Amino acid sequence: MCDKPVLYYFNGRGRMESVRWLLTAAKVQFDEVLLTTRDQYLKLLDSGDLMFQQVPMVEIDGMKLVQTRAILNYIAEKYSLQGKDLKDRAMVKMYSEGVMDLNEMIMMLPWIPDPKAKLEEIEKKANERYLPVFEKALTGPVFLVGGKLSCADVYLLECTLMLEEKFAGILADFPNLKSFQGRMLQNDAIKEFVKPGSQRKPQPDDVYVKTVLEIFNMKT
Amino acid sequence: MSEKPVLYYFNARGKMETIRWLLTVAEVDFDEVFLTSRDQYLKLLENGDLLFQQVPMVEIDGMKLVQTRAILNYIAEKYNLHGKDLKDRAMIDMYSEGVKDLNEMIIMLIMSPDPKAKLEEIEKKAKERYLPVFEKALTGPVYLVGGKLSCADVYLLECTLMLEEKFAGILKDFGNVKSFQGRMLQIPAVNRFLLPGSKRKLPLDQKTLALAKEVFNLKF
Repeated sequence: MCDKPVLYYFNGRGRMESVRWLLTAAKVQFDEVLLTTRDQYLKLLDSGDLMFQQVPMVEIDGMKLVQTRAILNYIAEKYSLQGKDLKDRAMVKMYSEGVMDLNEMIMMLPWIPDPKAKLEEIEKKANERYLPVFEKALTGPVFLVGGKLSCADVYLLECTLMLEEKFAGILADFPNLKSFQGRMLQNDAIKEFVKPGSQRKPQPDDVYVKTVLEIFNMKT
Repeated sequence: MSEKPVLYYFNARGKMETIRWLLTVAEVDFDEVFLTSRDQYLKLLENGDLLFQQVPMVEIDGMKLVQTRAILNYIAEKYNLHGKDLKDRAMIDMYSEGVKDLNEMIIMLIMSPDPKAKLEEIEKKAKERYLPVFEKALTGPVYLVGGKLSCADVYLLECTLMLEEKFAGILKDFGNVKSFQGRMLQIPAVNRFLLPGSKRKLPLDQKTLALAKEVFNLKF
């Protein structure tokens, strides 16, 4: 009997969104427990289910996994999305970690009092450091590594969509990436995920920030 | 013909130290190229050796690996230090990522505008969030996961030594972790690594930080 994984997180993207994306690409259905009050969070803490007192936490295969990368690595390996051998896995990991650095910058935006400077930094780094690497890697190949879909492709897709939310025409100079994005969006599961009403979460807003601060008993 | 890996970084711990530790425990000899000038860095960039323009970079098995986790994962997998199956790997990743969060705080101390407050935060988190987890995991078992040495054990050892450098008696209330440390220190390669003259580095200091600013042309 195979239970669906259960995701424990706030009602927003944050560090859980990449997990939602990866499960989707792996065609794995999942349930969610969305933390909306401090009491709910404290109850979760008291249960001892959070190894380092933090979320994300994913109940999967009898385990309560924490730490975003541990969760992502498990899913990627279980569903064969992490590369076919040691060397491919090295490439997948390098690309993935680069994308995660960029995603992290975007994720931190709602928490910065004056995001304008940070937005400029993100745009600059995306245009100069990250996008050129993927543009080059996708000159010819359909996927980033080894001719097959890997988690790196999933994280990159997620990243390009988030970048376009902030900087509308950012892929104008990166046609291979734009094509890659187009191909990835043809995937049935992904197509459903980007439609309204899916488990994909919206961009963080003031309500989200306020809720999280309340949950952690912090002041703005 | 097996060539030694070559590590490219500053002559300091920073993000490369964990890699030095892991190679050491894997009993793999390595060479190092230290960054000492902006020109040298620009040359590396021109050669296309730094995928995301960053160090650490490790030349190994014909690849120029960047991104600390990609490098560590490659070494751990190659030298059988990353768990015997998927579930063990999940545990190793969870423990490893927790330790890395703590290590990161220590590494970043030098960049903190208020190091005193940061030190207090590190001590609190170590004692309340992280060390209790490892104390519990080591109640009985010799190693953290699966009854055999893994990269998680190496990262934890490194962490406990760095913690004791800052907070001398911090393991007093964590008898299992202290015993674990003692056992790990018996490993001949570890023993050698801790002797003066080894490749173990000193913490980042102001001088190296100034050099890094110069090399990367950063303003902060």
